Amino acid sequence: MRGFLSLHTRTGWLAFATLTALLLIAVPLLNALPADSALHLPDYLVPLLGKFCCYALVALAMDLIWGYTGILSLGHGVFFALGGYSMGMYLMRSMAGQGVYRSQLPDFMVFLNWKELPWFWHGFDQFWFAALMALAVPGVLAFVFGWFAFRSRIKGVYFSIITQALTFALMLLFFRNETGFGGNNGLTDFKQLLGFSLAEPGVKLGLYWISACVLLTVYLLAQAIVHSKFGRVLTAIRDAESRVMFCGYEPLYYKLAVWTLSAVLCGLAGALYVPQVGIINPSELEPTQSIEMAVWTAVGGRGTLAGALLGAATVNGLKSWFTVAAPELWLYVLGALFVGVTLFLPQGLIGLVRRLRPGKTEEVRA
Amino acid sequence: MCRLLRFLLLACALGSTLPAFAVSFDDTITHLGADPQSLRSAVGELAAANDPRALIFLEALRDGRVSFRDGEVLIKDGDTLKRARDGVAVTGEPGSAPLLNNAVRRGIDSALTRLQLTSPDRAVRLAAATAFADRPVRAAEDSLRAALAAEIDQEVIHALRLALAPIELQSEDRGKRLAAIRTLADEGEPRVIAVLDPIAKGDDAELATAARSAIDAITDRQWFRDQAGNLFYGLSLGSVLLLAALGLAITFGLMGVINMAHGELLMIGAYATYVVQNLFRSYLPGAFDWYLLAALPVAFLAAAAVGWLLERLVLRHLYGRPLETLLATFGLSLMLIQTVRLIFGAQNVEVANPSWLSGGIQVTAQMVLPYNRIATVIFAFAVLAAVWLIFQKTRLGLRVRAVTQNRGMAAAMGIDTRRIDAMTFALGAGVAGLGGVALSQLGNVSPDLGQARIVDSFMVVVLGGVGKLAGAVAGGMGLGIVNKFLEPAMGAVLGKIVLLGFIILFIQKRPQGLFALKGRAVEG
Repeated sequence: MRGFLSLHTRTGWLAFATLTALLLIAVPLLNALPADSALHLPDYLVPLLGKFCCYALVALAMDLIWGYTGILSLGHGVFFALGGYSMGMYLMRSMAGQGVYRSQLPDFMVFLNWKELPWFWHGFDQFWFAALMALAVPGVLAFVFGWFAFRSRIKGVYFSIITQALTFALMLLFFRNETGFGGNNGLTDFKQLLGFSLAEPGVKLGLYWISACVLLTVYLLAQAIVHSKFGRVLTAIRDAESRVMFCGYEPLYYKLAVWTLSAVLCGLAGALYVPQVGIINPSELEPTQSIEMAVWTAVGGRGTLAGALLGAATVNGLKSWFTVAAPELWLYVLGALFVGVTLFLPQGLIGLVRRLRPGKTEEVRA
Repeated sequence: MCRLLRFLLLACALGSTLPAFAVSFDDTITHLGADPQSLRSAVGELAAANDPRALIFLEALRDGRVSFRDGEVLIKDGDTLKRARDGVAVTGEPGSAPLLNNAVRRGIDSALTRLQLTSPDRAVRLAAATAFADRPVRAAEDSLRAALAAEIDQEVIHALRLALAPIELQSEDRGKRLAAIRTLADEGEPRVIAVLDPIAKGDDAELATAARSAIDAITDRQWFRDQAGNLFYGLSLGSVLLLAALGLAITFGLMGVINMAHGELLMIGAYATYVVQNLFRSYLPGAFDWYLLAALPVAFLAAAAVGWLLERLVLRHLYGRPLETLLATFGLSLMLIQTVRLIFGAQNVEVANPSWLSGGIQVTAQMVLPYNRIATVIFAFAVLAAVWLIFQKTRLGLRVRAVTQNRGMAAAMGIDTRRIDAMTFALGAGVAGLGGVALSQLGNVSPDLGQARIVDSFMVVVLGGVGKLAGAVAGGMGLGIVNKFLEPAMGAVLGKIVLLGFIILFIQKRPQGLFALKGRAVEG
């Protein structure tokens, strides 16, 4: 218990408690207020906040691999999408007979004139199987890919570029109708999850609440990891990989472990994301999407988990606002964020906060 | 329309070339009667008359557009009536139609065949012979043989032999059939396999063997043609990749800058071409065909200027921090895309091929080598040669190489390394702009043009190995050709995915690429 409590300073725990209260208690309460109240949180914002929680989860995963281990992945969109597709497949199967064509097959298969389910769609009528796959498929893919990449000591930009190639290849694959994941349109038009109608505001709130819980749990888990000996070795690999090797550690296993964990977390985020957003399609696999994930982490501040949360919230908040208010300006803002953060804020927003509060150099201590 | 053209040709020709044999045609037409006997003998005479008007008249007769009025023979051409003997238009209604029986019709068909096959116009002969090769007609055998004996043009001879062979295959004479099989083996297209197949399965052992080897020969030839086609399209795709990646080979390979905005420099080159094209269209329509030449320097300078700005404003603060460079340049690429989108719109813009790049070389019926693709291959190697010359033979190139090899030492020798950095980057950007000119000639020009290319370009550079132009060439051509050979087997998308998978595996084995730098530079 002492070890766990020592993950944060007192202010750190205070901030964490505030965040928890805000996400888990304040949001449902504000949502429950009568609609004419000034503090009422409209229903449409609830899934949006849920979406942000999923993004923040991705940013945490990204921070573990990039911020702490120094490996920039441009393929996290892949793991996110694979988790999302697994959940989407369950949702499609669970609405058999309720589609436009009233068929036992998903609508797009009827449309393509397929007579039976492809083999890889079997088992997805069970929620537990889909949930397992949402974690296992990204995990296994990351493990295999990482095994090859880290074993031949591909690092730096080369690793980034081949992860981007992976993303690009999978995007092309998923865009094909014949691949069996709904092609261009992806999987959409979901009806219910475990018997709960996805259109119900209560279900949406529940999903949001679960996402927030998962996010906070993963945050604590990640804190525990980065402050463990394992986490220390990761940071050491980031700062001087050769020295870590000379000290007798094998970086391969450390990198592989954190890389796989990061992918699994992304899969989890994807699986939570899909029922709230109601669609998963290959656009999630666009290389741009994966790079944007890196920017969430960069904007918040690499190498601090709080930074990842802050970055995901800031960038996506801005995005939601700009794409409504001034859509033509959004790409400029995003581009400027990329450039501005790398040029002027290498430590991200957290770094800025720390710079404004001299004397408090380290927020967290082990 | 075709007939009208022939009429016009005829009208032009009347004054000059025709009088020598015009007598016969005119005689026949003047004494033409409307009864079958008279028509039949007239058709026979016309078949022998070497006169383009005979062709027109016979076609009209076959189609029932010939009529007699007041002793004059009229031809209905669309809505107008014309006199058969001189093509002058007349007013009024068509006269009485001639009586055609089957004998006359047969006569007309064979006369038309003979006239077309012996026409002085090579294109008419070729078209007729090709038509017979496509759809062999037994009745035309004699005309075809006569035409083959008189023909001198190789292409027409080829078509005539192809037209004769299927007919001779049905002949009673075994010698003729064997000869026909050999002809088909030498010149046949894949479609004659259907004709040869029954013979190959037939009872006559000698014929069957000959037919089987003919089928093999045709299939082999087709295979080689397919491979040659793949090779050409692979080279063409390879040169596009090379053009796209060459600039990257300079900025990434030599300077180590991960420029994710490289694709947008291609896009700027393509839009510069578009602007130059529009300027030519508005102000110099006479010289429109040459706008592409003017677009080359404009595209180079536009992209180089943008590249220079990027280097000055952003990149030089990020040297030695490749991951940050990657993110920053990606941000820049977003801004560039959005800027172009605001100026030119999000839709594709149309960049026309100049007339000297439209069309192509017809190799076989199935295979055309488009001029714009051929030009791209040549252009890619010209740009490559220019870049090589700049690096090997100019002072700038010498300095760039010096800074690449040892920055500190180069600075100590008095080289302004910052300036060299900026110029190298601008050069790489300019080369990307030239690539954009080529891309504008091959496909759509849209603000997303570069995004689709950037992954490919990096693959080329990574595959080829960083720091060597030869690597970019090997990477680009290798990827292009392998891609085109994979495509027929597994489709474009799967082929590409397999290729990306292959590169990922290849980098595992040889992280330094095909052409690795040797010595101490590897450490840098």
